Amino acid sequence: MKIAITTSGSDLGAPLDSRFGRSPKFLVYDLDNEKFEIIDNQQNLNAAQGAGIQSAETVVRSGAKALVSGHCGPKAFRVLAAAGIKVYTSDAPTIAAALELFQAGKLKEAVGADVEGHW
Amino acid sequence: MILAIASGKGGTGKTTVAVNLARVLERPVQLLDCDVEEPNSHLFLPGGTIREEAVSIPVPEVDESLCDGCGECGRFCAYHAIVSFRAKPLVFADMCHGCGGCMLVCPKKSIREIPKRIGTIERKQAGKITLVTGRLDVGQAMAPPLIRAVKERLQPGMPAILDAPPGTSCPVIAAIRGADFVLLVTEPTPFGLHDLKLAVDMVKELGLPFGVLVNRAGSGDDRVHAFCCESSVPILAEIADDRRIAEAYSRGQLIVEALPAYRDLFSKLAEMLLADHSSKGG
Repeated sequence: MKIAITTSGSDLGAPLDSRFGRSPKFLVYDLDNEKFEIIDNQQNLNAAQGAGIQSAETVVRSGAKALVSGHCGPKAFRVLAAAGIKVYTSDAPTIAAALELFQAGKLKEAVGADVEGHW
Repeated sequence: MILAIASGKGGTGKTTVAVNLARVLERPVQLLDCDVEEPNSHLFLPGGTIREEAVSIPVPEVDESLCDGCGECGRFCAYHAIVSFRAKPLVFADMCHGCGGCMLVCPKKSIREIPKRIGTIERKQAGKITLVTGRLDVGQAMAPPLIRAVKERLQPGMPAILDAPPGTSCPVIAAIRGADFVLLVTEPTPFGLHDLKLAVDMVKELGLPFGVLVNRAGSGDDRVHAFCCESSVPILAEIADDRRIAEAYSRGQLIVEALPAYRDLFSKLAEMLLADHSSKGG
């Protein structure tokens, strides 16, 4: 199973980015083979609107079945939920820490957006 | 004759100029408040009857029984207002610009358009001024369709003054496009100059004839004048930095009524910009 994590960096030691729609990158980690890939999301950094929707589409296309981010807005959550992707919010400092919490079952699945759009 | 009053920077005096020009004209004139996110021309023109009508834009509605989830709609939409995953497209009506493209590209004809209210248009009569005000509903983001709806209320044959929103983005373009002349209101400050340059680039790009009005003249420095001189941009009028104007404004009064000394300035400007001999049936 693949899990997408928001970040500004390119490795497991990189910080978890608290934003979803305007996260600079996604690290998509494959729990089965412990490998990961980096997906660029720069195009959304300066989007006036629709960043969450487009980021959610990117995550859907990556094949991830779960997302870990700091926060998730309403439109993004709707797209992710429609695609069957589980959303987990975390304030873990790094991707590695977030993955550890996820694998230990310590992250709680979000049942809805936890922030307004354009927060 | 359609005269648009615009500016780069907000708060330079667009509405002040628009309502005072309309008032001194002394013949029937239309005043269109296109600053639909915060219309305020009506504050200076009390009285008259108000008629209100709702304005909607078309947004898609998907018949899921016809949709096969091909995703064409989502690929077409530049604004991510419709997102398709297999058989269940999601519609984000707030993002929709109402272009109808998703409906056209849908091979299964599973999309139809339904109206979504975005705001209202109010109309009132204040003496010889017919005021048409667009008012975007709170929470709506799509100003241009409402601005275009306001402009559709223009009656040919009667001069019109358009009070545009500030800035140089889509709502401003929607407001000033098609105007016969654009009056750019600025102030002689660094912010005024910075945004005036953007506004000048905008009207040049649109190919519209324009001139500048310097408001609060004497309050800042001479760089706006230097820029206009170097760029051959005509300064058509200057309104002094006069505390009495701000006081009258704060009471909702027109300058031409509260301070008759300024009447001449506005009359000359109105005659210069809204003279009868112009085009478009005005």
